[in-house]
Amino acid sequence: MATATYVEEQRSTDKTALITGSEAIAVACKLADVDVITAYPIRPYDTVMQYICKLVANGEMDCEYIVAEGEHSQFEIVKHACACGARVFCGSSGVGWMYAMEALTVTPALRIPMVAMVGNRALDDPGAFGVEHNDALAVRDLGWQLVWVDSAQEALDTALIAYRVSEDRRIFLPCAISCDGAFLTHSQALVKVPSQEKVNEFLPRYNRADLLLHPDNPITVAPQGNEDWVMEIRRQNYAAMERVSGVLKEAYADFERIFGRSYGNPFFEEYETDGADIVLMGMGTLSTPVKVAIRKMRKEGKKVGFVRMRWFRPFAAAELAKSLGRFQAVGVIDRDYSFGSPYMSGVVTTEVRTALYSAPGPKPPVLGFIAGLGGREVTVPDVEKIADSVYKAADGTSQPLTQWIGLRE
Amino acid sequence: MGRLYAIEVIYRGIFQKQLATRITRSIVLAAHEEGKLGISFGRYGDSPERNGIPAKGFAIVGDDALTLEEGMAKYEPKEVDITIAVDDTLCKGVESWAWYGLQPVNKLLKPGGTLLVTSREQPETILQMAHQKLTPYNLAILKGTVSFSGLWVYKDDHTDVRILGAIAKILPGLFSLKSVQKVIVDQWNDPVKAESAARAYERISSVGVQPGQGNPETPYNFNFPKWHEMGEGIAIPSIPAGRAVEDPTTHASGGFRPDRNPTFKKYTTRTMRPVVNFDTCIKCTLCWLQCPDSCFDVTPEGLYDANMQACCGCGVCEAVCPVKECVTMVNETAFEDNASQWEAWRKDKKGYEGWLADKIRLHPERSHGFRYRGQYEEQVPEMLEVAREK
Repeated sequence: MATATYVEEQRSTDKTALITGSEAIAVACKLADVDVITAYPIRPYDTVMQYICKLVANGEMDCEYIVAEGEHSQFEIVKHACACGARVFCGSSGVGWMYAMEALTVTPALRIPMVAMVGNRALDDPGAFGVEHNDALAVRDLGWQLVWVDSAQEALDTALIAYRVSEDRRIFLPCAISCDGAFLTHSQALVKVPSQEKVNEFLPRYNRADLLLHPDNPITVAPQGNEDWVMEIRRQNYAAMERVSGVLKEAYADFERIFGRSYGNPFFEEYETDGADIVLMGMGTLSTPVKVAIRKMRKEGKKVGFVRMRWFRPFAAAELAKSLGRFQAVGVIDRDYSFGSPYMSGVVTTEVRTALYSAPGPKPPVLGFIAGLGGREVTVPDVEKIADSVYKAADGTSQPLTQWIGLRE
Repeated sequence: MGRLYAIEVIYRGIFQKQLATRITRSIVLAAHEEGKLGISFGRYGDSPERNGIPAKGFAIVGDDALTLEEGMAKYEPKEVDITIAVDDTLCKGVESWAWYGLQPVNKLLKPGGTLLVTSREQPETILQMAHQKLTPYNLAILKGTVSFSGLWVYKDDHTDVRILGAIAKILPGLFSLKSVQKVIVDQWNDPVKAESAARAYERISSVGVQPGQGNPETPYNFNFPKWHEMGEGIAIPSIPAGRAVEDPTTHASGGFRPDRNPTFKKYTTRTMRPVVNFDTCIKCTLCWLQCPDSCFDVTPEGLYDANMQACCGCGVCEAVCPVKECVTMVNETAFEDNASQWEAWRKDKKGYEGWLADKIRLHPERSHGFRYRGQYEEQVPEMLEVAREK
């Protein structure tokens, strides 16, 4: 690999490489021996297609690599290849992802275990390249598994886990791995690249089984159906999504056994939550400034914790509600917007409130904070400001349910 | 709560879509002349309509808004006062392309309701086709040639207004002849049409049908699978290829009969069916090649037998057959079963010859769509003449 610097390690077959989050995903594709990859350039996703292209050109990876004429075709091609039994990968960003929307919609209904990378990018207009989560979140109701990662290492590991879970016959649902544009897609970090043997042990070959589209298994896929059939089809997808949690836990446990790396609770990461008064929440790379701010605040005697949501679909509502019930107040930082939503809050805030509402335990107040849109930096002082407001809510002082942070006003 | 009225129009998809719409709309408008409220709609699941496949339109009328709402909270009414079949072959049943299963034509009729059929047949012929019902009902026949046209053209042979006039007689509480005549003139500005309605009003009569009268067959049924019984991924297995055909007399095996959709029988989709004179067949294969529904089984001796599980009655085979008297389309009302013609011919050639000659006399005058410009104008006077016959 031309751009990666490999460092041999003494007591491990793993290698350490200095690579970006996008490159880590590309390496995962190589290790997973993906059969068909489609591409169409849009920043910041295009970094992953460039890295895969380079792997193929260097003879390190053998796959069908197809540059489509647009995102819609890009996703349709892999959908069909996957129906024919090929392990597939593709991805996009921002409005590119939205341009593929029709293909994204039909993919879960056909039970296609496609793995895609979303390089999160603000939706146009204006044509900004920076991160916002509205692109990936647009498919949140459709049957896509959605996961946010915050490091290149986690990007690589999660891609392998995504193939394992999506291609499980109990699931057969697509999965989108969200990587924050710039912060993750364009910055290089030291990543442990596992050996092929370990990956082979972890990841079985994709077996399309009874749904394989092949002359030896003649089936018709996606015929027209009417109201006599649709509810049953939707109920099947509901059942598949319901099964993901269990399969995901199996996969993370196996991952730890084979790779010797643990992610603890697969659904969300807790940081400094033991004995915390209040807790902040968010997804993706804003974990870095939040963690730094928390260390600073802890030194000042403010007991603030952080819950980083990893899997947004499925949403681990009961487990999350149980965890959040320990704190006096919750502040959710949304790198997205949902104009006209309940209390004008962001998407994650609304879902966290929903999870708490029906939970049996205590229901701390939940404040929503919209921050970091379009790739704007979420600073340590921003996080401190958020924590101050959440503290006030914990003390019973009325606070706005939705606040914009880092806005010129 | 006031009185709720429900009327369904069963029709052949595409060919009679406009006819059905005109009838259901006019029912609501005529009832509204008398202060009632109503809605008119087509069964959404029938859309997009397929040529000749049975479809339904409805008129629901209530004495007041609340009563109407009771009738509207349904996708399809569960019972109706009048079932109108605008094609008599529909009396064999209703198998909508999306319905899966065969619904008897009189299934939704209330006890004492009326089945109104456009036909030139006698009640006995209609009752050979319509399935038996547990409750008594009435059968009224509006004498006339069945009105077929196309999606973009309408044959104004007064079938619509004659049916409306008959309804005023059958269900006087719904609307009077005077009200419906006003609606007819308002819509089409044609006093002759209003006169046709009056003539039908005067002449329509009905006969009582008792439980046990009618076609004794149990209609083909289909049970919907539960969600966890269905295959996943919107994938359905293909229909297996098929197998050789066995000769009923020699037991020799040969030819080819494709397997067919086990959940969609085309027993009710035809208004006519091909009969084949196997003695004149030159085995040119054209009917087999051109049939859009692959309905022809290839017999061991290389003849072609139209299988009634698959035939839609389109008439393409008759059109492409190069032999003068080989394939002939015959009115579906002439048949009581869906049995193989080739097997009958093999078993008794003399008997089959007589049967064939008897059926060919019933070559239908109806056509699907229209074949040449001006055809409908030519047909309308003749049909009006039929309507005036005593």
